[in-house]
Amino acid sequence: MTIDEIQNEIVEEFSGFEDWMDKYAYLIEIGNELVPIDPKYKIESNLIRGCQSRVWLHQEFTDGKIKFEAESDALIVKGLVALLLRIYSDRTPHEILISEPRFIDEIGLRQHLSPTRSNGLLAMVKQMKLYALAYEKISAKKQ
Amino acid sequence: MTPDISRIRKDFPILDQKVNGKPLIYFDNAATSQRPIQVIERVNEFSLRINGNIHRATHFLANKTTEAFEAGRETVRQYINAAETAEVIFTHGTTESINLVAFSFGEAFISAGDEVIVTEMEHHANIVPWQMMCERKHAVLKILPFNDNGELRLELLDNLISDRTKILAVAHVSNTLGTVNPIREIIAKAHLKNVPVLIDGAQGAPHFKIDVQDLGCDFYAFSGHKMYGPTGIGALYGKREWLDKMPPFLGGGEMIDRVTFAKTTYNQLPYKFEAGTPHYVGAIGMAAGIQYMQSFEHKMLADYENQLLTEATSKLKQIGGLKIYGEAPQKSGAICFNIDGIHPFDMGTLLDHLGFAVRTGRLCADPVMDHYGVENMVRASFAFYNTFDEIDAFYKALIRLKAMF
Repeated sequence: MTIDEIQNEIVEEFSGFEDWMDKYAYLIEIGNELVPIDPKYKIESNLIRGCQSRVWLHQEFTDGKIKFEAESDALIVKGLVALLLRIYSDRTPHEILISEPRFIDEIGLRQHLSPTRSNGLLAMVKQMKLYALAYEKISAKKQ
Repeated sequence: MTPDISRIRKDFPILDQKVNGKPLIYFDNAATSQRPIQVIERVNEFSLRINGNIHRATHFLANKTTEAFEAGRETVRQYINAAETAEVIFTHGTTESINLVAFSFGEAFISAGDEVIVTEMEHHANIVPWQMMCERKHAVLKILPFNDNGELRLELLDNLISDRTKILAVAHVSNTLGTVNPIREIIAKAHLKNVPVLIDGAQGAPHFKIDVQDLGCDFYAFSGHKMYGPTGIGALYGKREWLDKMPPFLGGGEMIDRVTFAKTTYNQLPYKFEAGTPHYVGAIGMAAGIQYMQSFEHKMLADYENQLLTEATSKLKQIGGLKIYGEAPQKSGAICFNIDGIHPFDMGTLLDHLGFAVRTGRLCADPVMDHYGVENMVRASFAFYNTFDEIDAFYKALIRLKAMF
């Protein structure tokens, strides 16, 4: 599936929820199900320290695709992290660079990606894009 | 006698609204308070009808504004019982007030090897300016720790003060632990060794009767927006004996006597420390906030606020897995807590959706977080327009949210 198709899928999943609390309960459930990041990757250089919560982001580049592992100490953020991994992990740098995580706005949680939130999410998305940019450049050089 | 809260709440139009479909319950007063209509109207008067730059002209609008500004200064003076208005300097808030003292006192009195004492429970505003000054002056910052109960370890103070100690800075009330520090005792101990004391009154001034002469403090800093006034304004009280010897902080208009390129001389107090056009509308608003508070009997408001805090504390203690940070015998204003297994960000986000305004995060007090080994906390803080019903709703919301995790 393309990033776009997955985003549509996510929006569809959330459209069933009328109540805010149900949306958050679902997000917490997804957060709980997210496979924890390998402890050896929970290092300073992978840490995005927001004032409100922390996010760890680890990446590996193999066969032209970036695999991301990520986690947060806040469950709601972890749920959003899980969704972001769903669209962005195991993708080519190009795919990552040309798409925006519009689903967050479409499921009504745009405020969580705001810079004022300081929960680490926006910084994580930016970091993912930076990795994509770097790997795209590296791949281009190799050709 | 309890205040008529429903009547008081009518003075605060902002409280009557829904957020996320739920009635707003505003428990973030330690961050900022709300403004009564009396303050809003007073502030508006200075755009609608009266406005002119103060001290600078002889025309009608300027005179009226100057009068109101200086009357505002007198209102602040009498609120804290400073000996003279010259000892009341308008600033942009507590943070700027402390920066002013750290810088100017540092310039006048601090040399390499000198010592400054702050406490472990301070807000960053009462840590960082001192760190910056100590770095500049090659002075040493010493820390008075607190115990797990949230009380300063006063038994260590005498040993901490040395013959190199030049100033001690301490919060009147902690913005995280809610601890009301025994500042009278601390000031007395420090003065025995000729050490002046700066009090960070950001959380103290809104809730206590401040008498700086009685307390004996050398500096007292506080903010307008935490006491029902506008943002961008605050005050610094300083004893003349210090302020006269301290060089200016910011330079520019108003703070000068005469400028030539050969030499510039400075204005007298308080203007020496009020460079540029002040936030005079803010100052007038701050005074209006003080007058609003003073329109009630102080003890009545203070007792009511204490009852709210007691009730909230007792309710929170009934919640399993909830830890309150700071249980000093005398507390004011704020309760910081965490619930086992629930991250404060998650708690704050969900509480927001139920209409509650609380603060989450590190609360501008990294050392307090480090003391307890936590990354973040939740803080609920009260003012005299909060109600017991709101506290009950908060308790019920926490129970409900706890079940989601």
